[in-house]
Amino acid sequence: MEISIQHSDIYALAFHHRFQWEEAQQSYVILFPEGMVKLHGGAGEVIKRVDGKASVGDIVADLKTNFPDAVGIEADIIGMFEMAYGKAWIRKV
Amino acid sequence: MTQTSLGESVVQKELHAQAQNNGVAANLTQTQPLWLLAEVTYRCPLHCAFCYNPTDYDKHTQNELTTEQWIQALRDARKMGAIQLGISGGEPLLRDDIEDIVIEARKLGYYSNLITSGVGLTEKRIQAFKEGGLDHIQLSMHDITEEINNFITNTKTFELKKKVAAMIKNHGYPMVLNVVIHRYNIGHMKEILEMAEALGADYIELANTQYYGWSLVNRSQLMPLKEQIDEAERITNEFREKVGSKMKIFFVVPDYFGDRPKKCMNGWGEVFMIVTANGDVLPCHSARVLPNMAFPNVREKGLEYAWKESPAFNKYRGTAWMKGPCVTCPEKMNDLGGCRCQAFLLTGDAESADPVCSLSPHHHLIEKAIEDSKNPVIANQPIIFRTDKNSKKYAAGDKERIEEFHALP
Ligand code: SF4
Ligand code: SF4
Repeated sequence: MEISIQHSDIYALAFHHRFQWEEAQQSYVILFPEGMVKLHGGAGEVIKRVDGKASVGDIVADLKTNFPDAVGIEADIIGMFEMAYGKAWIRKV
Repeated sequence: MTQTSLGESVVQKELHAQAQNNGVAANLTQTQPLWLLAEVTYRCPLHCAFCYNPTDYDKHTQNELTTEQWIQALRDARKMGAIQLGISGGEPLLRDDIEDIVIEARKLGYYSNLITSGVGLTEKRIQAFKEGGLDHIQLSMHDITEEINNFITNTKTFELKKKVAAMIKNHGYPMVLNVVIHRYNIGHMKEILEMAEALGADYIELANTQYYGWSLVNRSQLMPLKEQIDEAERITNEFREKVGSKMKIFFVVPDYFGDRPKKCMNGWGEVFMIVTANGDVLPCHSARVLPNMAFPNVREKGLEYAWKESPAFNKYRGTAWMKGPCVTCPEKMNDLGGCRCQAFLLTGDAESADPVCSLSPHHHLIEKAIEDSKNPVIANQPIIFRTDKNSKKYAAGDKERIEEFHALP
């Protein structure tokens, strides 16, 4: 799927999907009918901020402030959005 | 319930995708019971010939776990990392405490799924489920031949299904349909898909019958021909193109026609844990058919013991139990030797390779089964339906039709 993520875009978690911290996995997960994905560190931090209100730009800025040492973080964040959208874990609002 | 109503195919696909998903999702933690299937009752108003429930299920309808015992099991499993909960049966709605189970599941953070035939689903109950936090309902189409007839002729039971489907949608649930495919309905693939569309399905899983329990007893009668499966797949693909992304269609190919077995339950004791109506804890639905195995019961030492320490769960974990040809096979991690129950039921040896594998010395048994299903004399023998009466017969040791599948090599 051809998608291009814009800074002004706003995303929310897809319907029937749930995002939560899993103690037993020590990671964030997305749950949906008959499946789950485990999100490692950075990926979890991105999806945690996807709330149907914050724009991609807001999230990038927020993560940059929270993780000042991470280099090239913006490309990773956009990559994460592309993938999450491609897999239909998130929807555009 | 049907075996794939667990959504095995989808889960496996997803788990698989995860493993390859570098960066985002890494490998699964080994042996963690991520998936808890609660087969809360074996009672069922239907009599499907393809039911994977044990043929002697009647033994287990008298001593069901209580609500408190189920809630305790939910708590214990959650502590061990269980996250996806399937509430299945029999027909789970025959219990009147599903509401309590749902509430507890939500509190504990499970993603919960009710797997039902829809019989017994009322507006009042579904509302309670929604309020209690049930995440998802899967409607299984049973006695599908009758459903189709009804669909075509537009008669009563189809109307009933439509009502249930609408109820599910009205409460904001995705409409997930599971249809078991066999010889008696595979010729109606187009009608089945049209019916799903008419019901407003968002997902439909077309699960070819796998042969355990009642479906094994009826194997020769149920097994479709390879040509029929190919045709069904073609029709499915065509339909998929037509409906686009509106309805997701999963077509689960039967393993008898492949040359490698499936990685059964994603590996014995790896991610699935099943608690049955009477509290037995199993690594797979049909595990109780295996000989010389004592399965743990939640009433005795609890779930943690069952998963971590019980000899039954450890017996076929990993690859240590394997013998030839699996033990030296370069592909052994792909399928872990296939299904132990299928190996035992067809070869008499639970440690042999799943005979679906073309490298198995027993592969001819699968070829023979396919031949038998083409033999009109065998294929026209009457189907044995899942009824209490037939089950009592099996429980009492009447094995007239089962015996032949235990034939030793
Ligand atoms: S008889 Fe049919 S509806 Fe009942 S448990 Fe078996 S497969 Fe499910
Ligand atoms: S020989 Fe055993 S391990 Fe190898 S592919 Fe066949 S079933 Fe799997």
